[in-house]
Amino acid sequence: MPSFVITEKCDGCKAQDRTACQYICPNDLMVLDKEKNKAFNRAVEMCWECYSCVKICPTQAIEIRGYADFMPLGAVVQPMRSTDAIMWAVKFRNKSVKRFKFPIRTTPEGSIVPDAGFNTGTTDLRSPLLRTEPDSLGTDLFTGL
Amino acid sequence: MISEQFETVIIETDLLIVGGGMAACGAAFEAAHWAKQHKLKVCLVDKAAMERSGAVAMGLSAINLYLGLKEGKNTISDYINYVKTDLMGIARDDLVANIARHVDSTVHLFEKWGLPIWKDEEGKYVNEGRWQIMIHGESYKSIVSEAAKNALKELGEDGQYFERVFITEPIMNGDRCVGAAGFSVRENKFYIFKAKSVLDVMGGAVHVFRPRSVGEGLGRSWYPPFNSGAGSYFTLKAGAEMTCQEVRFVPVRFKDSYGPVGAWFLLFKAKATNAKGEDYMETRAAELEKWAPYGTAKPTPANLRNYLMMLEVEAGNGPIYMRTDEAIRELVANIPDEKQAKRKLKELESEAWEDFLDMTVSQALNWAAHNIMPEETPSEIAACEPYFISSHSGASGAWISGPADLSPEGYHWGYTNMTTIKGLFAAGDASGASSHKFSSGSFTEGRIAAKSALAFCADNPGTVSFTEDQIEALKTRILQPLQTFEEHKNYANDEDVNPNFIKPKMFMFRLQKIMDEYAGGASVGFKTSEKLMEKGLEFLQYMHEDSDKLAAKDLNELMRCWENIHRLWQADAHIRTMLFREETRWPGYYFRTDFPEMKGDWKCFANCRWNPETTEWEMTKREIKELTNK
Repeated sequence: MPSFVITEKCDGCKAQDRTACQYICPNDLMVLDKEKNKAFNRAVEMCWECYSCVKICPTQAIEIRGYADFMPLGAVVQPMRSTDAIMWAVKFRNKSVKRFKFPIRTTPEGSIVPDAGFNTGTTDLRSPLLRTEPDSLGTDLFTGL
Repeated sequence: MISEQFETVIIETDLLIVGGGMAACGAAFEAAHWAKQHKLKVCLVDKAAMERSGAVAMGLSAINLYLGLKEGKNTISDYINYVKTDLMGIARDDLVANIARHVDSTVHLFEKWGLPIWKDEEGKYVNEGRWQIMIHGESYKSIVSEAAKNALKELGEDGQYFERVFITEPIMNGDRCVGAAGFSVRENKFYIFKAKSVLDVMGGAVHVFRPRSVGEGLGRSWYPPFNSGAGSYFTLKAGAEMTCQEVRFVPVRFKDSYGPVGAWFLLFKAKATNAKGEDYMETRAAELEKWAPYGTAKPTPANLRNYLMMLEVEAGNGPIYMRTDEAIRELVANIPDEKQAKRKLKELESEAWEDFLDMTVSQALNWAAHNIMPEETPSEIAACEPYFISSHSGASGAWISGPADLSPEGYHWGYTNMTTIKGLFAAGDASGASSHKFSSGSFTEGRIAAKSALAFCADNPGTVSFTEDQIEALKTRILQPLQTFEEHKNYANDEDVNPNFIKPKMFMFRLQKIMDEYAGGASVGFKTSEKLMEKGLEFLQYMHEDSDKLAAKDLNELMRCWENIHRLWQADAHIRTMLFREETRWPGYYFRTDFPEMKGDWKCFANCRWNPETTEWEMTKREIKELTNK
């Protein structure tokens, strides 16, 4: 059913000011059942399996069960995302497991300075030069035209 | 009345950026700089959370547009030729060139902001193909959106962004666009944004056509299901001229989970074959000559590669396979040292899995569910259902002004990236005829458009106005589905089945069925004709009428109602333009059985416009003009 919430692990983000999965879902699918204090996916057939909710959940309560239309049961792909890398455990239907780790970011979260040290070569609002150009291009705007 | 339960929030700004994806982030980054210098305000509105909104929400494994101009790797002319050939001669040279001359700057910024780009031993970017570079892109959107938000912060109170506010309508004052209306999907608030210029950077459209999977797998579209045609609807409703509305995109991807094929074809040099192991690009090469000069050019245009595969499927030669096993074998075959070969194999395996895990996790899950090891077993590929996405190999969007210094006569009218409506700008999936922008090009086009839209603000400093009546009418219309549900919900003992209204989900299914069966969807082999399309249009007319009876029980359903009205308009523009173009030009995207050949007199743009005054559609041909360098 695409993303689903493990009842026992979900605490309704009680320690946070908002439910993490509800904040992040790009398709507005994750909601909090206020009576049970558990999150759930309200329209699984609209889920892209983008894993945004899985990656952000502070209690690792969300997993993906592959679309039943075409995936046999038994496989799990689960990420563990830190600030600079993501680790994936790929569990096959036949129980074999593969693990991968990939970098995701080379700078600390929140540290981005928009200009990134590049200078803007004009103050003219009508010039075709954009912010940080031509410095960030490393060449003239008309190279290769 | 339901509308009385909604607070009306009015936000005044100078530049309004509608959307939150790559193009919107580019626009916010660029706008903040120039707005600060000129004391102008900028406001961005996203229907989701920018950190993971839009088509790059999940991440990407490559940046598909980087020219390497500073190293002289390519020229802009090379890129124009590539794009134009891929689109069978239909592209705006000036728009493609304008994006291409700035895009390297965008990629260099991404790298500084923290996006890990693959490097070779000399510290140079690793190319996947000629224009594509490899990235570790799981957090691509998180990084880019952080830069956009930090840029808006530079403006202090004059830089704002709203998340979870869904924009449904443009607001007009005579012939000028002066804002946008929408609602919060989280609380009872109706939003009016007043602006001197409006930049439409909303998404393309998915779920206009019936998907191949219709159970849970409905959501596993290649392009995201939350891109529902808002970009085109906004400019259409404003009365802007639209271009390439017939140029849908049908990607060929790993079957069912729609995992990317770029790395396999370009980086690993894998071949696709029919079930007998025949490479149909070779065995059917003669077919390509019919589509010359594009069919005989290299690389073969995407739609023609699709077409040859579709011919194989029609001939009963499926399944079609990506020969991942053979490709990996080839790559390690020439390594004599056993240890080295093993190391290489391990490296390739990791790269192959990362390609999916970075951008289509579902495909990795699909491999695991079927016990597929790509180095041992080939995987099926198939044509997806059609999508509307001008940033990739489709082209549908608004007809926009090109830059003064590059555009030929007739392609430039005052402000770069302005639509034919005063004050209304478009970029990314919302602007047409400049395909192959991808993530980096969309961000870049957002930058270009935002700077230009601020110049429009500076030139038109007077305050914009609209009447109370206008606001009230918009509020009533936009919230109508909630009102309809409230009025009739007690008539039947089922909240979804009621003769007085239709719920958005069934409305969408009806649209998908019409489009699939009459407008050349996947189930009919992407074939259509005048008679079929006329029938389809007849059915769409009923849908327009029924759209007044859409009902929503809550804010989420209200959003779904409007998403599907947006889809309906995209569908309408699509059928009308396919009907207008009496030829077949992109046989692997759609095939007109009544006009099965490409014709010289249709080497032009097919444009359309919905006239708000007459409510009639107007169709026009526009000339293809070469780039001029003034």
